[in-house]
This record gives sequence, structure tokens and C-alpha cells, in this order.
Amino acid sequence: MSEEQIFEQVVKILTPYVKDEKALASISGETNILEDLKVNSARLVDVVLAFEDEFDIEIADEDVDSVNTVGDCVSLIARTKG
Amino acid sequence: MGKEISKNEALTLIPQRPPFRFVDEILELDENHVTSIYRWSEDHEFYKGHFPGNPVTPGVLLVESMAQAAVIPLALYSWSKEFGREGLSSLTTLFTDVEVEFGGVVRPGDRVTISGNKAFYRRKKLRAACEMRLDNGTVVCSGNLSGIGVQL
Repeated sequence: MSEEQIFEQVVKILTPYVKDEKALASISGETNILEDLKVNSARLVDVVLAFEDEFDIEIADEDVDSVNTVGDCVSLIARTKG
Repeated sequence: MGKEISKNEALTLIPQRPPFRFVDEILELDENHVTSIYRWSEDHEFYKGHFPGNPVTPGVLLVESMAQAAVIPLALYSWSKEFGREGLSSLTTLFTDVEVEFGGVVRPGDRVTISGNKAFYRRKKLRAACEMRLDNGTVVCSGNLSGIGVQL
């Protein structure tokens, strides 16, 4: 799976939780999930669980702490998938 | 790694107190499941206004009762395993999200049984599929409730 394909899936998973539609329209790897997309921080657990289901991976809690942007998600998923 | 709590310890540790306490007893509690009961006393002040002459328990309080009687005990159980008893005191329980349906009416004096089955526990957040039934078996409220432990 290419990073472009992972990016598309990540955006799809994040979309229901996004509060800032403008930020979603111009989403990129640099887009910050909490600050730009205004995703509720308590929803990050839901997002991580959806990543695990979608990509058939297990994400360690300590790895989630370093995720801030959409690009961080893509890198973490690509790295975890190996 | 702490030791899991008993159902009686969990009942004591549920932080809400009257007049905002809507759980009487926990019948069963383990890592994945909880069953509790609550009797809606005729003495609650809100029945005077909801509705005058036709008292009905507000749906929002049925949801609160399911949180207190199911989500919080399950969360306390998981937190105590992860953080120990001393870690519990630093966490405040907050609602994060809820999706429920109502299927009946709870009148003053009705007793309800609340059950919860854990959907997940991650990063101090717990979601449970919850259900509230009257003694006659009617499901009055059901859905998914989530809460998180935070340090305020």
C-alpha cells in the first residue's frame, strides 16, 4: 500500500470527527489534527482504533503520543505495517 | 499493575452523590461486564416540573444513570488494574460521547436494571454498550456511552 493510499484512508477515517470543514478542504500532511481540524482530543482513541481495524495493525499507546499531524498518522501506519 | 476492585469498592468510588446519584447497587462487575440497579425515588424534585401532574423521568437522567451505573464502574475497574488504587484518586470521570435510543418511560418509583458490556478501553477511555430495563423487561434506554479519566 502506497503512502498516498494510506493518506486517502486516513482522511476518510478522520472526516466524521472533523469540526473545521475549511481545514478539511485543504488537508495535507502538515495539517494538525487537533489544532487545524479541531478534532475532539477524546476522539483520538476512536481514530486510532479505526486505523487498527482499517489497516490490520496494532498501534502502541506510546506511539500515539507523538502523532500531531495527518502526515504523522501516515508515517506511523506505514512504519507499523512494515 | 494494580489489583482490580470489587463491586462494593466500585460502588463507593463512584464519585457522584445525592441529589445527583442514580445508582443504588452493583450486582455484578468484572473487566467486561457490569449489572447495577437503581430505584427512581418519588422524592426527586425534578418530577414536579417534568411534567406537572404527569411525572416522567427525564431521558437525560436515564443516560446519566447508565453512565454512573455502567460506564464508571467498568472504567474504575480498568483504571485500578492499570494505575492502582492510588492512581484512581487523581482521575476525574468525564463523559466524552454518547449515542442512545429511548424505548419506554420511567415513572417515579420504578426500579431499573442497568447493564454494560465493555466495547473498548484504551488510553483511559472506555466505551460500553449499555441497556436500562424496567422490572417488566421493557428496554427504556440503550446505546453506546463513553467516558474518559482526566486530571483536572
